[in-house]
Amino acid sequence: MRPFTYVRPDSAQAAIEAFAAAGPGARYIAGGTSLYDLMKLDIERPEHLIDVTAIRGLDGIETDGDRLRFEALAPMSAVAINRVVLRDYPVLAESLAKAASQQLRNMATVGGNLLQRTRCLYFRNGAGGVSAGMTYPCNKREPGSGCAAIGGLDRGQAVLGQSRSCTAVSPGDWPVALVALDAYVEILGRQGTRSLPVADLYRLPGGTPHLEFALTPGEIITAIVVPKAAAGRQSTYHKIRDRESYAFALASAAVALDMAGDTVRQARIALGGVATRPWRAVAAEAQLAGKQLTRETAIIAGRAALTGAKAGDHNGFKIELAARTVADALMIAAQRKPA
Amino acid sequence: MDGGERSGDDSSTITRRTALGGTAGLAAAVLIDAGAAVSAAPAPPPGATLLIKPIVNGRVTPVTIDPRTSLLDLLRELLGLTGAKKGCDHGQCGACTVHIDGRRVASCLTLAAKTDGRAVTTIEGLADGDGLHPMQQAFIDHDALQCGYCTPGQIMAAVACIREGKATSRASIREAMSGNICRCGAYVGIVDAIADVAGKGRRV
Repeated sequence: MRPFTYVRPDSAQAAIEAFAAAGPGARYIAGGTSLYDLMKLDIERPEHLIDVTAIRGLDGIETDGDRLRFEALAPMSAVAINRVVLRDYPVLAESLAKAASQQLRNMATVGGNLLQRTRCLYFRNGAGGVSAGMTYPCNKREPGSGCAAIGGLDRGQAVLGQSRSCTAVSPGDWPVALVALDAYVEILGRQGTRSLPVADLYRLPGGTPHLEFALTPGEIITAIVVPKAAAGRQSTYHKIRDRESYAFALASAAVALDMAGDTVRQARIALGGVATRPWRAVAAEAQLAGKQLTRETAIIAGRAALTGAKAGDHNGFKIELAARTVADALMIAAQRKPA
Repeated sequence: MDGGERSGDDSSTITRRTALGGTAGLAAAVLIDAGAAVSAAPAPPPGATLLIKPIVNGRVTPVTIDPRTSLLDLLRELLGLTGAKKGCDHGQCGACTVHIDGRRVASCLTLAAKTDGRAVTTIEGLADGDGLHPMQQAFIDHDALQCGYCTPGQIMAAVACIREGKATSRASIREAMSGNICRCGAYVGIVDAIADVAGKGRRV
């Protein structure tokens, strides 16, 4: 691993100043479960690490009033067992509980998890590090070098939102649930504070897959805010994996329903595991509005969620799998007791 | 809180590691000197060392590290605590599981620098002297291992699993233990051991 300087400021403002003082090559590090991992693979090469985990008073969980507010340094494991979250927003609790392992959920923060990088095999294993078989081109890792996943072993790659430069899947579960609930992040930078919908935090790869997040250098996500919604009670995060637990999604669906009896007033649907960013399925939501929810309408909505999906050589199964994942998620959510 | 530190005089104990010629204890002693304290700016130059003071198995343990050091490498290579194992070194196998401030973590993905002032408990800190921790005894009773490489991580995760209140059913135990891989396939015995300790209602 390449050498770096390391500081551990105790306030967000001090962290931002340290970032600015460090200059190019500076990175924030929180739980480190993604960044430190990629540093070991020589994919991330920070010259200066600003550890934000000593910042005081940035790990609170607020559930009073008309919103949930999770400060960025709250561990994923803490939010996953919050009583209000468990009762009123199972989609959030499940997205966290089904991510990684308890060890990693204890380390990873809810803010840092939003910035987790892709698990694309060619991105992760192709840098020529000790654990890599050989070096592969990757436009995300080395802009302009090409994409080995396209035409390669692409079973895990995206079927939505990909470009001719990149088909890497956005790996998160929690961001998918947040996008379904119209959450936004609070961001602190040298110019002050701003907020941004979680959905807008993620860029499509287009011709610049190395640019993943809509943050400017030095900005810190300080909190995640979820507007309260009655639909939270009838919600679920349904995740389909190669093994029963502790794996990334092949396909996942975050669903929250506002129902009048058997009729859907409004459905919120987002997909994970199949797209290059957390994927809000607007067409599927429109498809369901005002309809009775049955197994038949659920699968029609599921197929609508995959509108425009394009398969590569080995990942065509994901299109039908994701459609059925959405349908199953809708049926699970509908069985839950409304508020 | 986690179990107390191990009693007894470690320096007189012949371990597998010392028998194999390791000099980890000496290395740690040599490395205990002044490094840059972990604090805010100004940043030390690249390559500078850090002085950290984790509380390892109940003992304040000042040690000077390269900032790149993982907690796992600190424990194994600098402090001679080789119970936590290096399996994948990428947070995927659970063999390196230890507790920080009572919560289980993957020590391979934890920057050692983060443990300054925090309580780190390893498998070596779990037993009460020569008396095995109930979970260690249960692993023996239920034949919950074959080669044993994953076992220290399994046991640290298992203790946390019970403390977290997740050992309520075999399904819940399996889910809570999914971060610990056993390539020998001793999973049935592992679940038996955890269910046994949890069923006896003993404080772990």
